[in-house]
Amino acid sequence: MMNYLFTEEQQMIKELCRQIAVEKIKPVAAEYDEKEMFPWDIVKVLADADIFGIYIDQKYGGMGGGILEMAIATEELSWGCGGIALAFAATGLGTFPIILFGNEAQKEKYLSMVAKGTVAAFCLTEAEAGSDAGGIKTTAIKDGDHYILNGTKQWITNGGEADIYTVVAMTNKSKGARGASAFIVEKGTPGLSFSKKEKKLGIRGSSTTEVIFEDCKIHKDQLLDKEGMGFIVAMKTFDNSRPGVAAQAVGIAQRAVDEALAYTHTRHQFGKPVSSFQGVQFMLADMATQVEAARGLVYNAAKMVDAGEKDIAGVSAMCKLFASDVAMKVTTDAVQLFGGYGYMREYPVEKLMRDAKITQIYEGTNQIQRSVIAANMIKSLAKSK
Amino acid sequence: MNIIVCIKQVPNTTDVKINPETNTLIRDGVESIINPFDTYALEEGIRLKERFGGKVTVVTMGPPQAEIALREAVSLGADDVILVSDRRFAGSDTWATSYTLSQAIKKIGEYDIIICGKQASDGDTAQVGPGISTHLEIPQVTYVKKIEQIDSGKAIVERMTEEGYEIIETPLPVLLTVVKEINSPRLPSLKGKMKSKKCEIIKWNADDISASLNDIGLDGSPTRVVKIFTPPQKCGGEMLTGEPDEIADKLSDIFKKAIVG
Repeated sequence: MMNYLFTEEQQMIKELCRQIAVEKIKPVAAEYDEKEMFPWDIVKVLADADIFGIYIDQKYGGMGGGILEMAIATEELSWGCGGIALAFAATGLGTFPIILFGNEAQKEKYLSMVAKGTVAAFCLTEAEAGSDAGGIKTTAIKDGDHYILNGTKQWITNGGEADIYTVVAMTNKSKGARGASAFIVEKGTPGLSFSKKEKKLGIRGSSTTEVIFEDCKIHKDQLLDKEGMGFIVAMKTFDNSRPGVAAQAVGIAQRAVDEALAYTHTRHQFGKPVSSFQGVQFMLADMATQVEAARGLVYNAAKMVDAGEKDIAGVSAMCKLFASDVAMKVTTDAVQLFGGYGYMREYPVEKLMRDAKITQIYEGTNQIQRSVIAANMIKSLAKSK
Repeated sequence: MNIIVCIKQVPNTTDVKINPETNTLIRDGVESIINPFDTYALEEGIRLKERFGGKVTVVTMGPPQAEIALREAVSLGADDVILVSDRRFAGSDTWATSYTLSQAIKKIGEYDIIICGKQASDGDTAQVGPGISTHLEIPQVTYVKKIEQIDSGKAIVERMTEEGYEIIETPLPVLLTVVKEINSPRLPSLKGKMKSKKCEIIKWNADDISASLNDIGLDGSPTRVVKIFTPPQKCGGEMLTGEPDEIADKLSDIFKKAIVG
């Protein structure tokens, strides 16, 4: 196993999150998957263990860590269950807009809540606006000291369960992407409602709903930064959050390697463990190597973000792209190594394969990640000329 | 409320191996943990603090490395931790151990409640908790599965028995030993873990606790371990069948043979 030379604090986060994954999450993961329940009891465990505050400034009651610390935690929790871990990881996605663009009053109020275990959600995607954020139809119309929000957000992780929603809506449609603005909306605000939960292939221990705004009136103090910054808020948020999705993928993938190794060691055919066959060994070796490479990429991208490097969009996209493709591949291989047992829900690997798939899709499909990476390559070529 | 919790560091029994020649534990390379029963005592102490305020002081008697168990206690919410350690304590039996711990508790001074696990997973004697209360001349309730209420100088607790449970009212201060049914111990928090790295461990030796040297260590221990062995497994009994008269006759024959030989 590679040594990433963590600080004492990072090592502590890793050990505690693994302990939570093993003792609290793993035993209930199959049940949450089957019943599609939101893991409130695990949220409480994480909150009590200070995990929600890992990436929040100490000033607001957090632990003062950064993206690397968040990635370490997300990876370990996802090893336990990629769906349950999302209650924590998607809260990060909903919180980054406030960390990056919130004013002091907004940070004081909302970051303190998150550090204590309040769940948050990020609302960007709509039926006709995903990666093309310029196509957003939800509007926020200024009305004196207030904004009136109307529209429907789709596939919102932590929807209905979160208490804090960061929302991107159009304040000036005529300006396209530059007419978008970001807001904080609290659950319980009149005009804010949620559809029923979506039924999903994987990550079924997380909640995904529509978030609906019908003449939802919020005070102008809920605006993040200034009008027209919505698109930039979203892009900067993703630059910071993609290592988190990548870490989720690494955690799921590592679990697949661990399960496959343990199973092939105990499964006997022709009088010996199947792990003694070279064909199986080569698969295990490739899986472990790919996961380690993904992990190295994720940690390094996270460190760059934490160090305040400017051009992070490319590496952030790279780690998300690579780690999620690795997760899909090794979980599929794990099912293969389990043979017929792998296809059965009684065994843990088919769930890993279902959970892995989303990491190639959300927070920008892997095709969009490739576009981001290529665009950055071309941009830097142009600069160097 | 001043709460004292006594803990013991023990080898993790899930990976303990026995040396078949000497019948003793092979301790090399075996991870040390807080005695599992003591984790329930610590959790209950922390819950009492959360309910009533005050502080939790954790005491352990053991070698210097028992400090690790005390740091873990801090990561879970203990306020002060005390390591009672001295070469002169070596070889203590349960009497000498409970005397030593009671002397440390006297030095701590004010307390309302002392909580211990029902027994340690290595010695399994269940004697040290009751021993401490005897030395301190305070009441004890063993096998506590619930603390119902504590106020105006008394506590009402549920004591587990083989058939059910007893409800006992006791004046304070009291020593309780607790069973695993009492709670579900929490995991450490990150802030607790950070605190545990930096916290000061109070260290007391035999002189610090004014221990009488005749009452500690091997010299102060009235019991000796003569032999450790695995008791033979109970074998299945013989079922007598037939009419009551026949069974009585058969039984009487067996007794006669056994007595007469």
